[in-house]
Amino acid sequence: MSTVIHIEQISKSFIRNDREIVVLHNVNLEIESGSFVVLAGPSGCGKTTLLNIVAGLLPPDSGTVYYKGVPISGPRLEVGYLTQKDTLMPWRTVERNVEMPLEIRGIAASERRRRAAEFIRLVGLEGFEKLYPHELSGGMLRRASLARMLVTLPETLLMDEPFGALDAQLRLELQNELLSLWSRQRSSVLFVTHDLEEAIILGDRVVVLGTGGHIIADEPIALPRPRDAFHIRFRPEFTNLHRRLWDALMESRLQVQRQEVRL
Amino acid sequence: MSLVNQFRSEPSRPVLVGPSALVRQAQQRKQRQQWLIYGSRLLLVVGVLLFWQFASGTILDSSFLSNPLAILRQTITWLSDGDPWYESTLIINTAVTLEETLLGLFFGVASGLLLGFLFGLQPTLERIFNPFIIALNSIPKIALAPLFILWLGIEIPMKVVLAAVTVFFLIFLNTLNGVRNVDQHLVDAVRLMGGRQRDVIFKVILPSATGSVLTGLHVAIPYALIGAIVAEQIGANHGIGYLIQSSGESFNAAGIFAALLVLTLIAGLLNAIVNLIDRKTSHWKAGLKLSSADQS
Ligand SMILES: Nc1ncnc2c1ncn2[C@@H]1O[C@H](COP(=O)(O)OP(=O)(O)OP(=O)(O)O)[C@@H](O)[C@H]1O
Ligand SMILES: [Mg+2]
Repeated sequence: MSTVIHIEQISKSFIRNDREIVVLHNVNLEIESGSFVVLAGPSGCGKTTLLNIVAGLLPPDSGTVYYKGVPISGPRLEVGYLTQKDTLMPWRTVERNVEMPLEIRGIAASERRRRAAEFIRLVGLEGFEKLYPHELSGGMLRRASLARMLVTLPETLLMDEPFGALDAQLRLELQNELLSLWSRQRSSVLFVTHDLEEAIILGDRVVVLGTGGHIIADEPIALPRPRDAFHIRFRPEFTNLHRRLWDALMESRLQVQRQEVRL
Repeated sequence: MSLVNQFRSEPSRPVLVGPSALVRQAQQRKQRQQWLIYGSRLLLVVGVLLFWQFASGTILDSSFLSNPLAILRQTITWLSDGDPWYESTLIINTAVTLEETLLGLFFGVASGLLLGFLFGLQPTLERIFNPFIIALNSIPKIALAPLFILWLGIEIPMKVVLAAVTVFFLIFLNTLNGVRNVDQHLVDAVRLMGGRQRDVIFKVILPSATGSVLTGLHVAIPYALIGAIVAEQIGANHGIGYLIQSSGESFNAAGIFAALLVLTLIAGLLNAIVNLIDRKTSHWKAGLKLSSADQS
């Protein structure tokens, strides 16, 4: 299999109150084409920063991200990025928000409407097309953002805690939705979450990050597919994986805390 | 059939109930409150007018305060002294003031928007000019009138410029503020969609700054009027400001009040137009609710 994203020696610092905060230090990671890779790690370890760099929103201080062998210098049309924060335009209805990426690509209005309607249906928001973001619940906002990302049929998806704020049932439902979508389209996914269960349910591979984006664990998830987000947790392998990753996450958390004490 | 499918549910839809007793009750309560408010306003106006009329000449000195009937008579006189009708005193002078105000608003708004967006998009430019703009803005614009008279004479251009200068700063500062407060995350979202600078400006910055620009416009309207009126009072032989000035000089209190009435009408009209634009562009806003009683 070929590599779709190659993260090579990425470093990134922020300057806050005249002090340099090293968020990522020489991070290396390869994402196989068509695979589902989950990034887990404690809050503040640099997951969002890494995704922003991969998406081409944020330039790294050093190192290079290659997309199919080409160094990334800005956002790429074939990559969809669902950011941690909802970024629907508050002055556009759900429908017009989902149409927006197509509008920017210069696609004709009738075609735009047809495709937006299709994806609004996919995420279960039919009947809510004419509502403005402030009229939606948190879960509906996430669904609308998801539809907006998917409407351009990106071949690679970057997702930053997409289901973090949802209730358990809705989360299961969307996880299944994502799994079936992924198995149909075989896109490559880089998915960030805090939730180890979610990581194991979805991923081909779970990477646990520690301070500076240092990789603490990189576990292949050999569970059979297609998976069912609800039932898979009862398999014995699931429990073992969960325990191993949990230990890695605890270690990483301790690292982060030690670093915060030093700061 | 997996268990998960039992979880599968449409996102819960808001339940719409027809005109239930509760809804009707709330509507009735709202209606009563409306009547109360309109009724009180009417009562207030009638009461003040009646008091004014009957107290005039007894407790109130009518040569200073005039009275409603005298003001009405003066208004009718000024409306009917024209031949043809549209050359009556009131109409000619109102037209002059309206023209100055609208032109002042136009030039002030256009230049304020242009520079506001330019400086908002070019922070370095803004930082270079910032102290000078603050200094210029803190000059009372009225103090510039003699200068404008020197440059432009006392005809309409002078008044337009005075009104425009006042409006300019209000629109400029509000636009700048609006552009600066654009959410960076929304800009990033457009960049992720493959948007160019032009898309960012037209699809994010412009709509997001609209509210702030309209606030500026609301504030600017009375100032455009002030600019025009003061300019007329300083040097002119036309306009509502001139009418007020000359009525004052001939101790015609009714004339002053009649002219003020017209001014109020002009301001009300302009504000109504901005309100209309506001309503057309801000239907996406949630609206601020400070207490649960504001929910409707
Ligand atoms: N623009 C910025 N300026 C300064 N510091 C930043 C900036 N963005 C992120 N940071 C810092 O970088 C560190 C990593 O942030 P990041 O958002 O990548 O964490 P995260 O792993 O995504 O956390 P979470 O799981 O809570 O979302 C944090 O300490 C944060 O304060
Ligand atoms: Mg994050």
